[in-house]
Amino acid sequence: MDKLQKPFYALLGVVTLGLIGWGASSAGAEGVAFGFFTALTIGGSLVCVWERSVVRSAFSLMATFTGVAGLFLLLGADFLAVAQILIYVGGILALILFGVMLSPPDMAERKLSRVLGGLVLMLGAVAWVGSKVAGTVAWATADELPEPSTKVDEIGVGFLDPEGYVVPFELAAMILTVALVAAVYIARRKASDLNDPRAEESA
Amino acid sequence: MGLGAYIAVSAVLFAIGVVCIVSRRNMIYVLMGIEMILNAANINFVAFNRFNGDAMDGRMFAIFVIILAAAEAAVALGIVLNVYHLFESIKPSDVDLMRD
Repeated sequence: MDKLQKPFYALLGVVTLGLIGWGASSAGAEGVAFGFFTALTIGGSLVCVWERSVVRSAFSLMATFTGVAGLFLLLGADFLAVAQILIYVGGILALILFGVMLSPPDMAERKLSRVLGGLVLMLGAVAWVGSKVAGTVAWATADELPEPSTKVDEIGVGFLDPEGYVVPFELAAMILTVALVAAVYIARRKASDLNDPRAEESA
Repeated sequence: MGLGAYIAVSAVLFAIGVVCIVSRRNMIYVLMGIEMILNAANINFVAFNRFNGDAMDGRMFAIFVIILAAAEAAVALGIVLNVYHLFESIKPSDVDLMRD
Protein backbone atom coordinates (compact mmCIF):
# COMPACT_ATOMS: atom_id res chain seq x y z
CA MET A 1 0.00 0.00 0.00
CA ASP A 2 1.11 3.43 -0.75
CA LYS A 3 2.73 5.29 2.12
CA LEU A 4 1.81 8.65 0.66
CA GLN A 5 -1.90 7.82 0.26
CA LYS A 6 -2.97 9.19 3.64
CA PRO A 7 -0.91 12.41 3.52
CA PHE A 8 -2.24 13.05 0.00
CA TYR A 9 -5.88 12.81 1.02
CA ALA A 10 -5.23 14.76 4.22
CA LEU A 11 -3.68 17.52 2.14
CA LEU A 12 -6.70 17.45 -0.20
CA GLY A 13 -9.04 17.86 2.76
CA VAL A 14 -7.04 20.75 4.18
CA VAL A 15 -6.97 22.50 0.80
CA THR A 16 -10.74 21.99 0.44
CA LEU A 17 -11.40 23.57 3.84
CA GLY A 18 -8.99 26.38 3.01
CA LEU A 19 -10.74 27.08 -0.31
CA ILE A 20 -14.18 27.13 1.34
CA GLY A 21 -12.88 29.40 4.09
CA TRP A 22 -11.27 31.74 1.58
CA GLY A 23 -14.52 31.85 -0.40
CA ALA A 24 -16.56 32.55 2.73
CA SER A 25 -14.28 35.40 3.77
CA SER A 26 -14.23 37.01 0.33
CA ALA A 27 -17.75 36.55 -1.04
CA GLY A 28 -20.06 35.11 1.60
CA ALA A 29 -22.44 32.32 0.67
CA GLU A 30 -21.61 32.46 -3.03
CA GLY A 31 -17.95 32.23 -2.11
CA VAL A 32 -18.59 29.10 -0.04
CA ALA A 33 -20.31 27.50 -3.02
CA PHE A 34 -17.49 28.60 -5.30
CA GLY A 35 -14.86 27.19 -2.94
CA PHE A 36 -16.75 23.91 -2.64
CA PHE A 37 -17.19 23.41 -6.37
CA THR A 38 -13.61 24.48 -7.05
CA ALA A 39 -12.35 21.95 -4.52
CA LEU A 40 -14.56 19.29 -6.14
CA THR A 41 -13.23 20.12 -9.60
CA ILE A 42 -9.54 20.38 -8.77
CA GLY A 43 -9.57 17.67 -6.12
CA GLY A 44 -11.32 15.21 -8.42
CA SER A 45 -8.82 15.76 -11.18
CA LEU A 46 -5.88 15.50 -8.76
CA VAL A 47 -7.19 12.19 -7.44
CA CYS A 48 -7.60 11.05 -11.05
CA VAL A 49 -3.92 11.68 -11.77
CA TRP A 50 -2.84 10.30 -8.44
CA GLU A 51 -4.71 7.01 -8.07
CA ARG A 52 -3.21 3.76 -9.31
CA SER A 53 -6.46 2.04 -10.18
CA VAL A 54 -8.31 3.10 -13.32
CA VAL A 55 -11.70 2.58 -11.68
CA ARG A 56 -10.91 5.02 -8.89
CA SER A 57 -9.58 7.53 -11.38
CA ALA A 58 -12.71 7.23 -13.51
CA PHE A 59 -14.99 7.73 -10.52
CA SER A 60 -12.97 10.67 -9.24
CA LEU A 61 -13.53 12.20 -12.65
CA MET A 62 -17.21 12.22 -11.71
CA ALA A 63 -16.37 14.71 -8.94
CA THR A 64 -14.59 16.89 -11.49
CA PHE A 65 -17.52 16.92 -13.89
CA THR A 66 -20.00 17.61 -11.09
CA GLY A 67 -17.83 20.45 -9.81
CA VAL A 68 -17.70 21.99 -13.27
CA ALA A 69 -21.49 21.72 -13.46
CA GLY A 70 -21.67 23.57 -10.13
CA LEU A 71 -19.41 26.32 -11.48
CA PHE A 72 -21.75 26.60 -14.49
CA LEU A 73 -24.65 27.03 -12.06
CA LEU A 74 -22.78 29.81 -10.24
CA LEU A 75 -22.16 31.47 -13.61
CA GLY A 76 -25.89 31.43 -14.33
CA ALA A 77 -25.80 28.81 -17.08
CA ASP A 78 -28.42 26.42 -15.75
CA PHE A 79 -29.03 24.60 -19.00
CA LEU A 80 -25.33 23.96 -19.45
CA ALA A 81 -25.03 22.64 -15.91
CA VAL A 82 -27.77 20.10 -16.53
CA ALA A 83 -26.33 19.20 -19.93
CA GLN A 84 -22.93 18.76 -18.31
CA ILE A 85 -24.27 16.30 -15.77
CA LEU A 86 -26.35 14.44 -18.37
CA ILE A 87 -23.64 14.11 -20.99
CA TYR A 88 -20.44 13.95 -19.00
CA VAL A 89 -21.46 12.15 -15.83
CA GLY A 90 -24.10 10.03 -17.52
CA GLY A 91 -22.57 9.39 -20.91
CA ILE A 92 -18.86 9.99 -21.26
CA LEU A 93 -18.02 8.62 -17.84
CA ALA A 94 -19.92 5.42 -18.66
CA LEU A 95 -17.91 5.17 -21.89
CA ILE A 96 -14.64 5.59 -20.00
CA LEU A 97 -15.71 2.92 -17.53
CA PHE A 98 -16.07 0.57 -20.50
CA GLY A 99 -12.41 1.19 -21.19
CA VAL A 100 -11.58 0.07 -17.68
CA MET A 101 -12.32 -3.48 -18.79
CA LEU A 102 -9.41 -3.21 -21.20
CA SER A 103 -6.72 -2.23 -18.77
CA PRO A 104 -5.15 -5.03 -16.78
CA PRO A 105 -4.37 -4.12 -13.18
CA ASP A 106 -0.90 -2.69 -13.35
CA MET A 107 0.08 -1.27 -10.01
CA ALA A 108 3.51 -0.17 -11.22
CA GLU A 109 2.11 1.93 -14.03
CA ARG A 110 1.94 5.15 -12.05
CA LYS A 111 5.39 6.61 -11.45
CA LEU A 112 5.17 9.07 -8.61
CA SER A 113 8.20 11.00 -9.79
CA ARG A 114 6.61 11.47 -13.21
CA VAL A 115 3.24 12.55 -11.81
CA LEU A 116 4.64 14.91 -9.18
CA GLY A 117 7.28 16.31 -11.52
CA GLY A 118 4.69 16.90 -14.20
CA LEU A 119 2.34 18.59 -11.74
CA VAL A 120 5.05 20.91 -10.44
CA LEU A 121 6.25 21.77 -13.94
CA MET A 122 2.79 22.36 -15.42
CA LEU A 123 1.43 24.31 -12.45
CA GLY A 124 4.59 26.41 -12.43
CA ALA A 125 4.26 27.11 -16.13
CA VAL A 126 0.58 28.01 -15.77
CA ALA A 127 1.31 30.26 -12.80
CA TRP A 128 4.09 32.01 -14.71
CA VAL A 129 2.00 32.56 -17.84
CA GLY A 130 -0.96 33.56 -15.67
CA SER A 131 1.02 36.19 -13.82
CA LYS A 132 2.28 37.62 -17.12
CA VAL A 133 -1.23 37.65 -18.59
CA ALA A 134 -2.84 39.10 -15.48
CA GLY A 135 -0.25 41.88 -15.48
CA THR A 136 -0.90 42.94 -19.06
CA VAL A 137 -4.53 42.20 -19.88
CA ALA A 138 -7.36 44.30 -18.51
CA TRP A 139 -10.27 41.87 -18.26
CA ALA A 140 -13.48 43.31 -19.56
CA THR A 141 -15.66 43.01 -16.50
CA ALA A 142 -19.04 44.56 -16.17
CA ASP A 143 -19.30 46.43 -12.89
CA GLU A 144 -22.85 45.33 -12.41
CA LEU A 145 -23.57 41.88 -13.67
CA PRO A 146 -26.88 41.53 -15.44
CA GLU A 147 -29.25 38.90 -14.18
CA PRO A 148 -28.33 35.71 -15.99
CA SER A 149 -30.98 34.73 -18.48
CA THR A 150 -31.95 31.19 -17.71
CA LYS A 151 -34.42 30.62 -20.49
CA VAL A 152 -33.77 27.50 -22.48
CA ASP A 153 -35.72 28.79 -25.48
CA GLU A 154 -33.06 31.45 -26.01
CA ILE A 155 -30.58 28.67 -26.67
CA GLY A 156 -33.00 27.01 -29.05
CA VAL A 157 -33.60 30.27 -30.90
CA GLY A 158 -29.83 30.81 -31.04
CA PHE A 159 -29.43 27.41 -32.64
CA LEU A 160 -32.11 27.87 -35.30
CA ASP A 161 -31.77 31.59 -35.98
CA PRO A 162 -30.30 32.13 -39.48
CA GLU A 163 -28.36 35.06 -38.00
CA GLY A 164 -27.14 32.79 -35.21
CA TYR A 165 -25.74 29.31 -35.18
CA VAL A 166 -27.84 27.33 -37.62
CA VAL A 167 -24.86 26.27 -39.79
CA PRO A 168 -22.70 25.06 -36.87
CA PHE A 169 -25.83 23.36 -35.51
CA GLU A 170 -26.34 21.39 -38.71
CA LEU A 171 -22.62 20.62 -38.86
CA ALA A 172 -22.70 19.33 -35.30
CA ALA A 173 -25.66 17.12 -36.17
CA MET A 174 -23.77 15.69 -39.13
CA ILE A 175 -20.58 15.17 -37.14
CA LEU A 176 -22.51 13.37 -34.41
CA THR A 177 -24.18 11.07 -36.93
CA VAL A 178 -20.96 10.26 -38.75
CA ALA A 179 -18.90 9.90 -35.58
CA LEU A 180 -21.38 7.63 -33.82
CA VAL A 181 -21.96 5.38 -36.83
CA ALA A 182 -18.20 5.18 -37.36
CA ALA A 183 -17.59 4.46 -33.69
CA VAL A 184 -20.09 1.60 -33.72
CA TYR A 185 -18.57 0.25 -36.92
CA ILE A 186 -15.01 0.41 -35.61
CA ALA A 187 -15.86 -1.03 -32.23
CA ARG A 188 -18.01 -3.90 -33.56
CA ARG A 189 -15.37 -5.35 -35.86
CA LYS A 190 -14.20 -8.74 -34.75
CA ALA A 191 -10.54 -9.38 -34.12
CA SER A 192 -10.49 -11.85 -37.02
CA ASP A 193 -11.60 -9.10 -39.43
CA LEU A 194 -8.59 -6.98 -38.63
CA ASN A 195 -5.59 -7.89 -40.69
CA ASP A 196 -2.69 -7.93 -38.33
CA PRO A 197 0.43 -6.78 -40.19
CA ARG A 198 2.66 -8.63 -37.79
CA ALA A 199 0.87 -11.89 -38.59
CA GLU A 200 1.38 -11.29 -42.32
CA GLU A 201 5.05 -10.62 -41.74
CA SER A 202 5.60 -13.91 -39.99
CA ALA A 203 3.56 -15.88 -42.51
CA MET B 1 -16.52 35.85 -7.34
CA GLY B 2 -14.74 37.69 -10.11
CA LEU B 3 -13.68 36.57 -13.52
CA GLY B 4 -10.11 35.94 -12.37
CA ALA B 5 -11.13 33.24 -9.91
CA TYR B 6 -12.91 31.23 -12.58
CA ILE B 7 -10.02 31.60 -15.00
CA ALA B 8 -7.61 30.42 -12.32
CA VAL B 9 -9.72 27.30 -11.71
CA SER B 10 -9.82 26.62 -15.42
CA ALA B 11 -6.06 27.09 -15.77
CA VAL B 12 -5.33 24.65 -12.94
CA LEU B 13 -7.76 22.10 -14.40
CA PHE B 14 -6.07 22.43 -17.78
CA ALA B 15 -2.64 21.89 -16.23
CA ILE B 16 -3.77 18.76 -14.39
CA GLY B 17 -5.35 17.47 -17.61
CA VAL B 18 -2.06 17.84 -19.46
CA VAL B 19 -0.22 16.07 -16.65
CA CYS B 20 -2.81 13.27 -16.82
CA ILE B 21 -2.14 12.80 -20.53
CA VAL B 22 1.63 12.99 -20.29
CA SER B 23 2.52 11.20 -17.09
CA ARG B 24 0.41 8.03 -17.27
CA ARG B 25 1.12 5.01 -19.45
CA ASN B 26 -2.45 4.06 -20.27
CA MET B 27 -4.71 5.25 -23.07
CA ILE B 28 -7.72 5.51 -20.76
CA TYR B 29 -5.86 8.23 -18.85
CA VAL B 30 -5.25 10.06 -22.10
CA LEU B 31 -9.01 10.11 -22.68
CA MET B 32 -9.65 11.36 -19.16
CA GLY B 33 -7.04 14.10 -19.56
CA ILE B 34 -8.69 15.25 -22.79
CA GLU B 35 -12.04 15.50 -21.02
CA MET B 36 -10.44 17.60 -18.27
CA ILE B 37 -8.92 19.97 -20.82
CA LEU B 38 -12.24 20.34 -22.65
CA ASN B 39 -13.96 21.08 -19.35
CA ALA B 40 -11.36 23.73 -18.54
CA ALA B 41 -12.04 25.39 -21.90
CA ASN B 42 -15.76 25.26 -21.19
CA ILE B 43 -15.35 27.02 -17.85
CA ASN B 44 -13.48 29.77 -19.67
CA PHE B 45 -16.19 30.14 -22.31
CA VAL B 46 -19.00 30.37 -19.78
CA ALA B 47 -17.09 32.66 -17.42
CA PHE B 48 -16.19 35.16 -20.15
CA ASN B 49 -19.77 34.98 -21.41
CA ARG B 50 -21.09 35.84 -17.95
CA PHE B 51 -18.75 38.73 -17.32
CA ASN B 52 -19.09 40.33 -20.74
CA GLY B 53 -22.73 41.30 -20.79
CA ASP B 54 -25.71 39.19 -21.73
CA ALA B 55 -24.67 37.77 -25.11
CA MET B 56 -25.26 34.06 -25.63
CA ASP B 57 -22.16 33.27 -27.68
CA GLY B 58 -19.98 31.77 -24.96
CA ARG B 59 -22.69 29.39 -23.87
CA MET B 60 -23.35 28.30 -27.44
CA PHE B 61 -19.64 27.54 -27.88
CA ALA B 62 -19.71 25.54 -24.66
CA ILE B 63 -22.63 23.48 -25.97
CA PHE B 64 -20.74 22.77 -29.19
CA VAL B 65 -17.70 21.72 -27.17
CA ILE B 66 -19.84 19.29 -25.19
CA ILE B 67 -21.32 17.87 -28.42
CA LEU B 68 -17.87 17.34 -29.91
CA ALA B 69 -16.58 15.85 -26.66
CA ALA B 70 -19.34 13.25 -26.76
CA ALA B 71 -18.51 12.30 -30.36
CA GLU B 72 -14.80 12.26 -29.56
CA ALA B 73 -15.24 9.98 -26.57
CA ALA B 74 -17.24 7.47 -28.62
CA VAL B 75 -14.73 7.37 -31.48
CA ALA B 76 -11.75 7.28 -29.11
CA LEU B 77 -13.18 4.32 -27.24
CA GLY B 78 -13.71 2.49 -30.52
CA ILE B 79 -10.09 3.13 -31.43
CA VAL B 80 -8.89 1.99 -28.01
CA LEU B 81 -10.92 -1.22 -28.39
CA ASN B 82 -9.25 -1.94 -31.71
CA VAL B 83 -5.79 -1.11 -30.41
CA TYR B 84 -6.39 -3.56 -27.61
CA HIS B 85 -7.42 -6.27 -30.06
CA LEU B 86 -4.35 -5.67 -32.20
CA PHE B 87 -1.68 -5.16 -29.57
CA GLU B 88 -3.18 -6.80 -26.46
CA SER B 89 -2.18 -3.66 -24.60
CA ILE B 90 -3.34 -0.08 -24.30
CA LYS B 91 -0.02 1.44 -23.42
CA PRO B 92 0.57 4.25 -25.92
CA SER B 93 4.23 3.25 -26.23
CA ASP B 94 3.28 -0.26 -27.36
CA VAL B 95 1.53 1.02 -30.47
CA ASP B 96 4.60 1.02 -32.69
CA LEU B 97 3.50 -0.58 -35.98
CA MET B 98 5.05 2.08 -38.16
CA ARG B 99 8.38 2.12 -36.43
CA ASP B 100 10.07 -0.53 -38.54
